[in-house]
Amino acid sequence: MGKAHKYGDNIDTDVIIPARYLNVSDPAELAKHCMEDIDGEFISRVQPGDIILAGANFGSGSSREHAPIAIKAAGISCVIAESFARIFFRNAVNIGLPILECAEAVEKSDPGDSLEVELTTGQIENATKGLSFRAKPYPDFMLGIISAGGLVEYTKQRITRGL
Amino acid sequence: MAMTLVEKILSEKSGLDVRAGDIIVAPVDIAFVQDGTGPLTISQFQACSFERLANPLTSIIFLDHAAPSASRELSNDHNRLREFAKRNGAQLFEIGDGISHQLIAESYASPGEIIIGADSHTGMAGALGAFATGMGSTDVAIALSLGKTWLRVPESFKVIINGQLSKGVCAKDIALYLVGNLGADGATYKALEFCGDGIAYLTMSERLTIASMAVEAGAKVGLFPSDEITHSYLEHHGRGQKYRPLEPEPDASYERVIKIDATRLEPMVAKPHSVDNTALVRELEDMKVQQVFIGTCSNGRLEDLAVATEILRGRKRHPDTRFIVAPASRQVLSEAIQAGYIQALVNAGAVIAPPGCAACLGVHHGVLGDGEVCLSTANRNFKGRMGNPEAFIYLASPATAAATAIAGCIADPREMM
Repeated sequence: MGKAHKYGDNIDTDVIIPARYLNVSDPAELAKHCMEDIDGEFISRVQPGDIILAGANFGSGSSREHAPIAIKAAGISCVIAESFARIFFRNAVNIGLPILECAEAVEKSDPGDSLEVELTTGQIENATKGLSFRAKPYPDFMLGIISAGGLVEYTKQRITRGL
Repeated sequence: MAMTLVEKILSEKSGLDVRAGDIIVAPVDIAFVQDGTGPLTISQFQACSFERLANPLTSIIFLDHAAPSASRELSNDHNRLREFAKRNGAQLFEIGDGISHQLIAESYASPGEIIIGADSHTGMAGALGAFATGMGSTDVAIALSLGKTWLRVPESFKVIINGQLSKGVCAKDIALYLVGNLGADGATYKALEFCGDGIAYLTMSERLTIASMAVEAGAKVGLFPSDEITHSYLEHHGRGQKYRPLEPEPDASYERVIKIDATRLEPMVAKPHSVDNTALVRELEDMKVQQVFIGTCSNGRLEDLAVATEILRGRKRHPDTRFIVAPASRQVLSEAIQAGYIQALVNAGAVIAPPGCAACLGVHHGVLGDGEVCLSTANRNFKGRMGNPEAFIYLASPATAAATAIAGCIADPREMM
């Protein structure tokens, strides 16, 4: 269960984490600057387990993987958007940040609503409003990557098992 | 069923008969990182306990985003990348050599290849008929080690360009028109395949400009057929033997068809803070501009500097408008010196920045002040992009940029030619 933070369309990676912080490698340090250029209060408001809701094309722009890392390290448990930019989608899966596409959940939920997400089924519950939504669940191999914590851990596990 | 150009390339590479929507594992011909994304790639490479590169000769590290370095932290990142290249036999391009995408075009990309880079503008090499796409640091780390990656074969949009641009209108105006038309996410996950009688009038430099902007509509790659223009570009760069003609099959099916009449286009701009927020230059004349920037993978080539020089020769920048020029590569800088462009631009009041990404992403060389307006030939105008969320970035062609530098406000280049 987490509180919703809501944004509009085309939230690009430049506002998720500006290029001036790209030389920061510590996720906790990156998290301190997450969303800084679009929502200076985000980092003081966010609590572990919270959820980001956003419109279309979330994560557009630069390929910087620091963007999903910063979001994950800020404590966000899932990003639910109408749609994601292509590179961000891969990066989020690769670093183990859960993301779901569900336009209805975004449209019908407000900032501060309490949301609960079940990744294996794509079920999204809005406890504040008593609504439930269904996002398309992940294919198994992607769920495998996310539950391993990212592609690195997933690859290590597969190498260890000789796959 | 007839194949799109993307399906043709990915079928050949995967050894399967693939169609849009298929998920494939394909060999990677060229994999690269830059100094922004590279340190994380190295960390992920090491976290996987990988010990070797699959293809050292086509595993490339470019120091272009902060070149020369602007801080001790960035310098330390550069050193980490240099050490990794030395230890693993990867190719390294130093500060001042140029922008990754430009060097990939000049020295590496060939028709029919698969190229992945940890940089979103990797799709630019699609201008040479290569399947080139941007990924993140972890994806590239895995590809560097295993020599392969997974891809979803994209559906394609067919972009038909007809006719020739009129004087003062540039390939950038085609790109801005297209992104404005599609929207910032209008082509997410799709390939843009360019065709039409108009592409015969587009030089490789112009094709690279258009392909570099495909990702601004969300596209995976902006792909041109490989033709005689590709052939002469490869020959000019000493890779003529890598040429092969490549085009989609005649009856291939496309998810969407977009027609652009190049003869009717006018100089355009993208207004803050998104690339699809387009308008005609003449709708914005009199907007005061404090900084003009000509450069980037999108428009830092010799032809771009030639267009700017034609307008600026014998003229001066406006006293209230700073003017920064960054050639896209060492070769561009060298040829621009020989052609006299650099002298003319310096006489006009330009600051010449070293070849690299320069002011584009706001880590050095031209960070904007609060409330300032910049007109740039880059491919992005997002809030904070040039280092300051309180600044405003307009994107336009090198011709419009040159005219703007003279006028001190957004200006139509056709009135100065």
